[in-house]
Amino acid sequence: MSAVTSPNDALLQVIGLRVEFGARVALSDVSFELFAGETLGLVGESGSGKSTLARAILQLLHPCRGSVVWRGQDLTACAPPVLRGLRRDLQIVFQDPLASLDPRMTVGESIAEPLRIFEPGLDGGARRARVGGMLQRVGLASEMIGRYPHEFSGGQCQRIGIARAMILSPKLLICDEPVSSLDVSIQGQIVNLLLDLQRDAGTAMLFISHNLAVVRHLSHRILVMYAGRLVEVAARDALFAAPIHPYTRALLAAVLPAMPVPRSDAVPPALPEAATPLPPRTGCAFRDRCSHALAICAQAVPPLEETIPGHWAACHRARELA
Amino acid sequence: MPPVLDITDLNVTFAQSDRPICAVRQVSLAVAARESVGIVGESGSGKTQVFMAAMGLLAGNGRAEGSVRFEGEDLLGLRRERLNRLRGAKLSMVFQDPMTSLTPHLKIGTQLAEVLVCHAGKSWHDARLAARRMLERVGVPEPERRLNQYPHELSGGLRQRVMIGMSLLCDPLLVIADEPTTALDVTVQAQVIELLKAMRREFGMAMVLISHDLAVVATLCDRILVMYAGRIVESAATLELFHHPRHPYTAELLKCIPGLSGPRLERLPTLPGQPPQPGDALEGCAFAPRCARAAARCRTERPLLEDLGAAGGEVGAGGEARQVACHFPLPP
Repeated sequence: MSAVTSPNDALLQVIGLRVEFGARVALSDVSFELFAGETLGLVGESGSGKSTLARAILQLLHPCRGSVVWRGQDLTACAPPVLRGLRRDLQIVFQDPLASLDPRMTVGESIAEPLRIFEPGLDGGARRARVGGMLQRVGLASEMIGRYPHEFSGGQCQRIGIARAMILSPKLLICDEPVSSLDVSIQGQIVNLLLDLQRDAGTAMLFISHNLAVVRHLSHRILVMYAGRLVEVAARDALFAAPIHPYTRALLAAVLPAMPVPRSDAVPPALPEAATPLPPRTGCAFRDRCSHALAICAQAVPPLEETIPGHWAACHRARELA
Repeated sequence: MPPVLDITDLNVTFAQSDRPICAVRQVSLAVAARESVGIVGESGSGKTQVFMAAMGLLAGNGRAEGSVRFEGEDLLGLRRERLNRLRGAKLSMVFQDPMTSLTPHLKIGTQLAEVLVCHAGKSWHDARLAARRMLERVGVPEPERRLNQYPHELSGGLRQRVMIGMSLLCDPLLVIADEPTTALDVTVQAQVIELLKAMRREFGMAMVLISHDLAVVATLCDRILVMYAGRIVESAATLELFHHPRHPYTAELLKCIPGLSGPRLERLPTLPGQPPQPGDALEGCAFAPRCARAAARCRTERPLLEDLGAAGGEVGAGGEARQVACHFPLPP
């Protein structure tokens, strides 16, 4: 098993996680650690298993193999009441801000829900004060407490989702594409808000995004997924400066420049498209699209190995490519 | 040469139980033959509705006023049969989501051939051969096998290639592409952009590309129009727009795009506030509440879209004058 481990005390350890949906393997042998206060970026294309990983960590779906160790306790083996107790420290912000709020609850009720569950001793007045304060903290007027989700824009709904997730000051916040459905002019506001709240509460963050430029600005380390497996794990600067895995390289090369260059027909190196919706089931899942593929790539799944100190890649040719 | 598409004073309103919503306000634009024009704006800016109105595809409660001339013929008020002859033939559209814009229960070959049977009067046999050739041209591997497959059997990128091929079957004068790469992964997006570039060179059609993504528009378009709250606020040749934006909204939007190069930032640049909702009553400049340059005049008097040509001597690559709707445009 290829665990990316270090001697420090990790907040979260994901070890050999595997999730199957019927015959389809959604996650395979996923191992990594997340440390207190750290922001881990998770990138990959749609269908690569990013959201499945988020859900498996939070036990919103059950992995068929592997464990999720939260501060020394394996969540996959936790009794339901114990797990419920731990959830106050494990929160998530979803991609679709409107769909993740109950349309029949006022936003105040939605934000108060975690308080009702985890701080039942709080009286109504104190709870309202906390919710009002949180609304202001995320940049909304506290008078909006009695309004319903449909009265807000997408960006405002995302602020409400963030308020709900952060009101208990969780130790881990998973953000699943939190800005993907928002306009460019709103994305920066939401990312900055998350960063401010994270700093104040000391929360660790797993930030899932397909937008590499956003991930670059806020992550300490980055995980790259392809077809349900981690293919590269590295510190941010190392990953962007010297990516090892051919998929990561293609991913970075495909990002369009933020500023166009005069009459450039500089075609990014073409990455052959997957011809079928599903990747090959044996060997390296990326080999059909990879210009470096050898015979061995069709036979054996390359393990995630530490190619250079602190920089892990799952590629049979990692050492040549590094 | 007269433009292929000439839109004048287009207004689009949607009737609602309480009050009508103005989605597009006094939009005028022209697309020359072989030209590629990008329309950028945030959600709700009206960018899609301009072209839904032009194509006669507005929702039931929508109403378009003004004129939309395609090769001299006003598309608004055109009889349905006539519109159906143009749409999909001389004037075609590529939508954002190739999964929902292909019919799920028809084979790819049938859907492609149908276009030629309906518009070009070809036999099913000939149409199928032409469909096969088109799949080859748009880079779909194993075209013969694909003809017999259903949309769900193809990856998202291949489906979008099929859509693009379909839009080109009748040699259109104009292709309108609405967020053609937004639903695709970044690596696939890069390929679809290359395909669109190649198809423009090969077919020589004019193209309108509607997108919220400035980087995508920049790589494909000669000229860019920026929309805000239902109006065009700036129009310029692509490089001019990026390097010398004149409208404060354009300038702020450009600053908000995080890049892969440049220093890493502790905080992302932001544009304060949020765009007005389509139903909001707007006095003065719609961007004034978010604009650092706004003065009292901006809150009462709406700036008109004016040529900067005379004063600034700026003319775009296509001979188009630069236009901006701002009382206090940024210096060139």
